[in-house]
Amino acid sequence: MTAQLSGAGPVPTAPTTAGPPAPPRRRRHPDRPIWAGSPSTPLTIGKGIVLTLLVAAVLVPLWAVLVTSLASRGTIDDAGGMVMIPREFDPSAYITIFSGGDVTRAVWISTLVTVVGTTVSLVLTVLAAYGLSRPGSVAHRGLLFYFLLTFLIFPGLVPSYLVVTGLGLKDSIWSLILPSAISVFNLVVIRAFFMNVPSELLDSARIDGAGELRILTRIVLPLSKAVIAVVGLFYAVGYWNVYFNAVLYIDSNDKFPIQRVLQSYILAGQSPNVSGATVNLPGVTAYPPTLAVKMAVVVVTVIPAVIIYPFVQRHFTKGVITGAVKG
Amino acid sequence: MSATDTVDTRPPAGRTPSPRRPRRGRRRSLRSRLRRDWPLLAMAAPAAALLLVFHYLPTLGNIIAFQDYNPFVGDNPLEAFLNSEWIGFGNFEALFRDPLFWDAVRNTLSITAFQLVFFFPLPIMLAILLNSVVSGRVRGFVQSVVYLPHFFSWVLVVTFFVQMLGGAGLLAQEMRQAGYEPWNIMTNPDTFIVLVTAEAVWKDLGWGAIVFLAALSAIDQNLYEAAAADGAGRWRRLWHITLPGLRPVIVLLLIMRLGDALSVGFEQFILQREAVGREAAEVLDTFVYYQAISTQQWGLGAAAGLFKAAVGLALILTANKVAHRLGEQGVYSKS
Repeated sequence: MTAQLSGAGPVPTAPTTAGPPAPPRRRRHPDRPIWAGSPSTPLTIGKGIVLTLLVAAVLVPLWAVLVTSLASRGTIDDAGGMVMIPREFDPSAYITIFSGGDVTRAVWISTLVTVVGTTVSLVLTVLAAYGLSRPGSVAHRGLLFYFLLTFLIFPGLVPSYLVVTGLGLKDSIWSLILPSAISVFNLVVIRAFFMNVPSELLDSARIDGAGELRILTRIVLPLSKAVIAVVGLFYAVGYWNVYFNAVLYIDSNDKFPIQRVLQSYILAGQSPNVSGATVNLPGVTAYPPTLAVKMAVVVVTVIPAVIIYPFVQRHFTKGVITGAVKG
Repeated sequence: MSATDTVDTRPPAGRTPSPRRPRRGRRRSLRSRLRRDWPLLAMAAPAAALLLVFHYLPTLGNIIAFQDYNPFVGDNPLEAFLNSEWIGFGNFEALFRDPLFWDAVRNTLSITAFQLVFFFPLPIMLAILLNSVVSGRVRGFVQSVVYLPHFFSWVLVVTFFVQMLGGAGLLAQEMRQAGYEPWNIMTNPDTFIVLVTAEAVWKDLGWGAIVFLAALSAIDQNLYEAAAADGAGRWRRLWHITLPGLRPVIVLLLIMRLGDALSVGFEQFILQREAVGREAAEVLDTFVYYQAISTQQWGLGAAAGLFKAAVGLALILTANKVAHRLGEQGVYSKS
């Protein structure tokens, strides 16, 4: 598959920072263990090629979409479609989609769903994880079983649909939040962290007369910032990416989240229904090319993930592994 | 209630005992324990309630698979359910006679098998490859780049593939300019299985490697040193130390994948079903969607969903049992 993707045309500009990893070295790397033999040149070159292809397979599409979204009509016509070499900086596509119309509204809806949903999910998941973090409390085993059983038995699509519509959530943005608000996987990850908080800390707080909620907010949470950040990202990404539930439950155009709008533009081939007003800015072409507008929508859809991601990334391994190992 | 409620001082099997204070609770009455623990119960209650409504209630609702469910015999689904006619296994008989259903089953199983061979091993290889890169900077950079697509929605992933490999995409563009007839992989039903696998690899290859990387870092480095001192080369060390070290994780993920054999992803197929046609792109989940919700055959759709859930549960229990037989830890020996 890497071969296919990297075959996606010659790569005129190496995507921004993608340097070729690890050229063959003469001198030993200081981190190389003493017992390991010195690296063989063909093997090192092979690794370098594979890693470069992998990185290119991710970065080249992102680059092409970004450059095309900022290209003018002339540049797009010259390239015959997607643009790889930036020639100018033409933000008219972005001005168009953010001057009202479907995309602007969809970005608002998605932002609302993401913010409200992540808040609801995090609060409820943290509370439940804390409530389940003390073996020996009343009904602990039964309650834990109740939560973990969701891994084994699933509701089907049809009954879920009937329950959501039966509750009157059809065409409400709550239908994008409540059915998926609790991820038991995330709950288990947080719970594993909470159970590692030294019990001496909790006991001393209890002796000082702190209630459970106070212990949670003052002692346990500050010690678990990393895992909360990772789980918060998981939830936020889930809400931002919601697509199928919107197909199922949302009927009115003015409540479509961004993924639904992106799908209708790119995959279903509708032409972007933006406000239609010409762009009145000096040096900016009126009516930006459709392809640039479409690519601008793609960029807008990608951006939240790309922005939050670096802050949370270093905690990934910790979060994912605790979930997988500790269950 | 009380049977499960008796205080359990054993730590759950498989977990090292956490250093908690010794429990005096065994002799305390339920009432006094309730007085102590009610805040914990109250904290778990909202999440439990949401799961009750949106997970367990629909799970119970699967019994409409045994009904000729008609939404118009009541003002709401509950009333309609109470007034609908019970028809026993009628829906299942109709389902098993439906050739479209078997098409969907066959597609689903082919895709699972294909991905087991061409996707499953890749994250393991990537993890071993990354682990062998000595420079921390290079490793960190590659990792942050290849994890990223995991956070893209399926709409985005398919969009990227369309823009790169589709009929109006970058590849077709370059081929046209070079004087070749462009081929369009996005609408070709014959290569659809390769396409969906490529998309899945692009999205989750890096993410899938995380768990293997962690397992690799847990392998005792002294083993490598001792093996090297005994003259084992890098390939022998890979075969005799690295792969055995990864085995429990590989088995665990394999079980989980097998238990999920009947789900190959949902949005990915809904999004591309129109482009390549039903014959290639109909999987069980899309079958349920198009049979039940688009054409309003609720009972039939519920029957297909229930069939899928039951087979999935049976598969995962069997796979886990087999793993235990083979002396592996499996998925849930833990609690």
